[in-house]
Amino acid sequence: MTKTRNLYLIPYVAWMLLFVATPIVLIVYKSFFDVEGNLTLENFEKFLTPVYLKMTFNSFWYAFLITAFSLLVAYPTAYWLTRTKHKQLWLLLIIVPSWINLLLKTYAFIGLFGTYGFVNSMLEWVGIGTQQILFTDFSFVFVSVYIFIPFMILPIYNALEELNPSLIYAARDLGASPLKTFRRVVFPLTLGGVKAGCQAVFIPALSLFMITRLIAGNRVITLGTAIEQHFLVTQDWGMGSAIAVLLIIVMAIIMMMTGNRGARNSIR
Amino acid sequence: MRKNSKSAQLYLVIVFAILYAPILYLMYYSFNSSGTMHGFEGFTLEWYEEVFHDTRLLIIVLNTVVIALLSSAISTILGVIGAIAIQRVRRSRPRNTLLTMNNVLIVSPDVIIGASFLIFFTMIGIKLGFTSVLLSHIAFSVPIVVLMVLPKLQEMSPTLIDAAKDLGASGWGVLTKVIIPFIRPGIFAGFFMALTYSLDDFAVTFFVTGNGYSTLSVEIYSRARQGISPSINALSTLIFLFTIILVVGYYFLSQRGKSKPKWGAQQS
Repeated sequence: MTKTRNLYLIPYVAWMLLFVATPIVLIVYKSFFDVEGNLTLENFEKFLTPVYLKMTFNSFWYAFLITAFSLLVAYPTAYWLTRTKHKQLWLLLIIVPSWINLLLKTYAFIGLFGTYGFVNSMLEWVGIGTQQILFTDFSFVFVSVYIFIPFMILPIYNALEELNPSLIYAARDLGASPLKTFRRVVFPLTLGGVKAGCQAVFIPALSLFMITRLIAGNRVITLGTAIEQHFLVTQDWGMGSAIAVLLIIVMAIIMMMTGNRGARNSIR
Repeated sequence: MRKNSKSAQLYLVIVFAILYAPILYLMYYSFNSSGTMHGFEGFTLEWYEEVFHDTRLLIIVLNTVVIALLSSAISTILGVIGAIAIQRVRRSRPRNTLLTMNNVLIVSPDVIIGASFLIFFTMIGIKLGFTSVLLSHIAFSVPIVVLMVLPKLQEMSPTLIDAAKDLGASGWGVLTKVIIPFIRPGIFAGFFMALTYSLDDFAVTFFVTGNGYSTLSVEIYSRARQGISPSINALSTLIFLFTIILVVGYYFLSQRGKSKPKWGAQQS
C-alpha cells in the first residue's frame, strides 16, 4: 500500500496544478499589466474610482436581493415539500427545470415579459394595462431568482430531511407554539442548509452576465458583466483580471464565513 | 407527520406553476405559425422542419454532444483516479489541501473560470476552438466526478481490498475487479453530472470558444440577442424532451445504487 498510492496521485495532482492552479496564478499575474503590457498597479487604482465602486456596490446589492428573495421563496417551498406524500417525485420535479439549459429559460422570459407577452396580456386583462417589464430591475431580479431557486431549495430540503422529527414533537409537547417551534428548533437546525443555499446563489449572482444582457438590457452592470466586457469587448484583459481577482477574494471571504459547508456536506 | 394545509398546497402549486411556465410557454409557441411568442395563430410544424434543415445549427448540436460525451468520459476517468488518490491520502492536512483544491472550480463563478482559461490557453498557445472548449469542460467536470465517487469509496470497507490482495490479486486486479465494480453507481452518477454540466454550460464556453466554433448555448445566446426566433422554440422543445430522457435515465441509475441518492443540482 506504500508505493501504489503515489501512482494515482501523479496524474490527478498534475491535472489540478495545470488546470486549477495555473489559470488562477495567471489571472492574478495579468491583473498587474495594462493594455500595452506594462507592469502597473493602475488597474487596482482604477478600481477605486467612483465608477467601479458604484458598480461593485450595485453588484453586491443585486446579488443580495436575489439571494434574499430566493431564500424567501425557497424556504417555505422546501419546508412544505418535505411534508408532501410523494416527496421524492416532487423534488425531482423541482430539479428538472434546473437541468434545462439556462439560456433557454432566459430566452423564454424575453417572450413572457415582452410588450405583447403573456404577462402583459394578463395585466391588460386585469385592467392594469401594458407595462414595460423587460429591461427593468424587476425582471432582472425575477429571472435570476427563477434560475437560482432550485439551488436554494435543495440544500434546505436536505437539511430539513435530516432533521429528527422527534425534536419537533418534543418542542410541541413542552408547549411551544408552532411559530416558536419553527423559530427556536426548526430554523436553527436547518441553518447549515440555508448557508449552503445562500452560498450557492450569492456567488454566481455576483458574476451573472448573460441575464444582465438579455433581460436587463445592459441597464444592470454587475462584476460579471464588467469582466466579460473587458475580456471580450474592450480587450483590456488587465482590468478584467483585476476585477476577477477582487471577485476571487470576495468569494474566499464568503466561503470562510459560511464555513465551506456546502462542499463539506456533499463529501460526507 | 402532519398534512399540509390548503394554503401550503396552494403555495406549492404556484411555485411549480412558475417553475414550469417558461418551459411550457416556449414549447407552446414552437407550434405557432406566426413565428412570434404572442398571439397563437395556427398550428404548424414549420419551425421543426427549419431546425432539421438548418445545417449550421445541426453541426452545432453535434459539436455540443461530442464535447459533452468526450469531456464527461475523460473527466470520469480522471475523476475516478483523483478520488482514489484522495482516498489513499490518510494524513488530514494534505488530504484537506487536495479537497480544497478540488472544490475551487466548483465554487468559482463561471466568468472567472472562463476568463482565467482564456488567459491560460492564449499564453500556452492553444488555439481557441474545439480543443480549448473540450479541455475547459474536462477541467470543470473532474472535480464533480471526484465528489460523486469519493463517498462511494469511503463506504467501501478496506478489508475488501486486503482480502483481494491476500488472495493474490495484483494492483490492477484490485482496481478492476474490486474497486471499480463497487463504486460503479458513483461513477455513473459522476458521468451523468458531468454530462449535464457540459450540456448546460454557457459562460465558460463563451469565453474560450473563439471564432467559428460554437456550442448550443453560445448559439442560442447570439440568436436570442437578436430577438425572438421560432426555431429556438422548436429546438428547446426537442432539448427539453432529451433532458427528460436523460433525467429519467439518471434517476433509474441512481435508484439502482445501494444508498439513497442525495439530489444535487449544478451551480450555474
